[in-house]
Amino acid sequence: METKSLSLGRKRADYFWRRGEPLVWATAAALAAVLLFIAGFLAIIAWGGLRAFWPTAIVQLTLADGRSLFGRITAQETNPDTGEESLQIKVANREQDPLRQDFRWLPKSEISHLAYPEKVLVLERVENGDWYGCLQGLSGPHIEASQQQPTLQDFAAAMGRVRREKAAHIDPLNAEIFSLGGELQKVGEKLLKVRYRISRATGAEAERLAARADELETRSRHLKDRSDELGKLRRQKLAELRRNVAVMGDAMGNETQIALLDIVRAYQPNVMSTPAKLFHYFRKLLELLWENPRESNTEGGLFPAIFGTVMMVFLMAVSCFPLGVLAGIYLGEYARKGMLRQLVRIAVNNMAGIPSIVYGVFGLGFFVYGIGGKLDLWFYPERAAAGTPVFGTGGILWASLTMGLLTMPVVIVACEEALRTIPRAFGECSQALGATKFQTLVRVKLPVAAPGILTGFILAMARAAGEVAPLMLTGVVKLAPQLPVDGAFPFFHLERKFMHLGFHIYDVGFQSPNVEACKPMVYLTALLLLTLVLLLNGLAMGLRGRLRKRYRVSMF
Amino acid sequence: MLPLVTESALNAGLRNGVVNRPTVDMEKPTGHISEIILQTQELCVSYGAKRVLHNISLSIPRRKVTAIIGPSGCGKSTLLRCFNRMNDLLDNVQTTGSILFEGVEVNDPALDVIELRRRVGMVFQKAVPFPKSIYENVAYGLRIAGIRNPRILDEVVERSLHRAALWDEVKNRLRESALGLSGGQHQRLCIARAIAVNPAVILMDEPCSALDPRAAARIEDLIGELREEYTLVIVTHNMQQAARVSDYTAFLYEGELVEYGPTRQLFTKPEKKQTEDYLTGRFG
Repeated sequence: METKSLSLGRKRADYFWRRGEPLVWATAAALAAVLLFIAGFLAIIAWGGLRAFWPTAIVQLTLADGRSLFGRITAQETNPDTGEESLQIKVANREQDPLRQDFRWLPKSEISHLAYPEKVLVLERVENGDWYGCLQGLSGPHIEASQQQPTLQDFAAAMGRVRREKAAHIDPLNAEIFSLGGELQKVGEKLLKVRYRISRATGAEAERLAARADELETRSRHLKDRSDELGKLRRQKLAELRRNVAVMGDAMGNETQIALLDIVRAYQPNVMSTPAKLFHYFRKLLELLWENPRESNTEGGLFPAIFGTVMMVFLMAVSCFPLGVLAGIYLGEYARKGMLRQLVRIAVNNMAGIPSIVYGVFGLGFFVYGIGGKLDLWFYPERAAAGTPVFGTGGILWASLTMGLLTMPVVIVACEEALRTIPRAFGECSQALGATKFQTLVRVKLPVAAPGILTGFILAMARAAGEVAPLMLTGVVKLAPQLPVDGAFPFFHLERKFMHLGFHIYDVGFQSPNVEACKPMVYLTALLLLTLVLLLNGLAMGLRGRLRKRYRVSMF
Repeated sequence: MLPLVTESALNAGLRNGVVNRPTVDMEKPTGHISEIILQTQELCVSYGAKRVLHNISLSIPRRKVTAIIGPSGCGKSTLLRCFNRMNDLLDNVQTTGSILFEGVEVNDPALDVIELRRRVGMVFQKAVPFPKSIYENVAYGLRIAGIRNPRILDEVVERSLHRAALWDEVKNRLRESALGLSGGQHQRLCIARAIAVNPAVILMDEPCSALDPRAAARIEDLIGELREEYTLVIVTHNMQQAARVSDYTAFLYEGELVEYGPTRQLFTKPEKKQTEDYLTGRFG
């Protein structure tokens, strides 16, 4: 018995190593670390982004020197040397600061009193950020008598009236000016074309063209005059509407007039109920998804960037997937086994490792200047000569094609692998029944390989949605005036520049003068980009799951 | 139908691999069909530099079950795959010698391989149903041949499943995925799929080796039934199975045809010492 238990004891220690216990622990720990890292990363982005819209309370700070101000506490910090604690406060009211900063650091020792006044109002404005203050009065031509000590209802009524005035008098003007602008641009382009043709025509033709150019010029001048006239009228009306103001008092009681026209939204965070806060929150989220950006992208929505990203990915898919799949089929099915095929496979695999900026440079040289330049020479020589190229400059088409090139290796490799890993028995069974190689490929092998090919698509789309560097050279801009798709013929304007969420992160976060103010926007953009990639992947994964169920490879 | 040659003469001829050149019979204006459907003459196959079949000459009789036995790697499957030129699908395979199928040279490069494979069907060791419905699996051979008429398809599918003894089990779920069937059902489905294109010969490459004994027994019963209409050539490493199901047996060893004759004779009174040693388990 004793010897037996002794040997058992030795065995146990022995087993620990022989069964690879440490490796099991190491693998589990590594996986846990990775999961923790991913979860933490997602949590930080989600927290930073999603809390931005919550209407937090406004405090009234009374300082030791007697000054008083409204603000939101956004951060707290301890000086490691002195141990002094400071608060970061968003004080808004950018115009009141000589440096136009709306964030301020205050040492805690300077703050003598904290209060949460109920009446404090937050005004979100079209320009210059928020305004914190108390409503003291309303006045203006569209407001019945000047109101002293108005209520929030009075304020809302006045806002409604101003907005109705704007909708009745200014919006039609805007629409007309916009359409005039479009017409003016068209005439300008025609004029450019005619002038270009004059420079190479002779005799009667030149005279005819000169007459046409005169005619166009007159039309252009008329349009411009009309546009200027309308612009003047609009300025007048706007100036008149701007005279409707809210008189706002700051914490010290100083009064400032703020035009009602410039106010996007107003709320009193200190007295809002939770449902009201939730409502406010979701309104802001909706605005983020559907509106255009304001204030050099730090406020407002992200719709153009979301649209641009999705459209770029789809164009990339349309241009790259068919080509990649065909190439993969040839490599996997038809290419003769040997050195050459091996070399091609290695080359394709290596293409996936080329830095994306190199693709960007290639796209700029090949697509933009090469193909785009040639297209301009053929179809828009006058624009190329005038230095305003149509296709010879970055655009969503070139960006998508560049991205397609970048993701092509992933698709080719996935397709080839998927075909190669199908058990040989499948092909043999089919061919033993008298099917040709082509019939076998189309009827048996491709359906079985479809989930694998779709995996390649997923990887390609995820990569394309996240890449920024090549886009910066081939057509992304910080603010695109028009979407690449609109109601004007031919509806798809693939030569237009576009906005992209990834570039938006870089632009807002690192190219903006007001770093603090755009922090939430950077988080939100990152969150949206992640969500978008997740959605696109989810779509493809769902499709793959369904195909897998249908074409599950079963072997007995 | 009158046999052209007597049983014993056939047996003797089978052993020598020279009896009844079918071409001669085809030319005879008797209207009779030769008793020999497949005949190989000095068939050699090599994979690259490695010779795997040496001078195989044997004749396979019509509407009989011929078993090919031998130890692993002796070239059984390679021989079987010669009959419908499945070896073409592999790289680096050279075949020399002659194979006659109904008097037509199989190794002729000008031969329509698609047509040959339709006449000489094959069932593999791994039953691989296509990821389609049961119905579509059986109809596959017809569809690729361009037959679209649903009436014909329905009829052939039903008849093939009947013959493969699968009809009663699947008749209510023809449109369901074939992947839901059991292993034994998969193999019968593959047999039905092969039958559907109406072949003259069905080659079976170890059709039961991946099945449990009960499923294997069903396949063996099925082979017994199919012999009435089809010529079957079955490769097996299971000697009992060869003894049970086959009429003729060929014993292959290291790429050479050691002995070929009626199954009962080969198993009870083998002529060659090698055969006896293999059958009694002394090597192999």
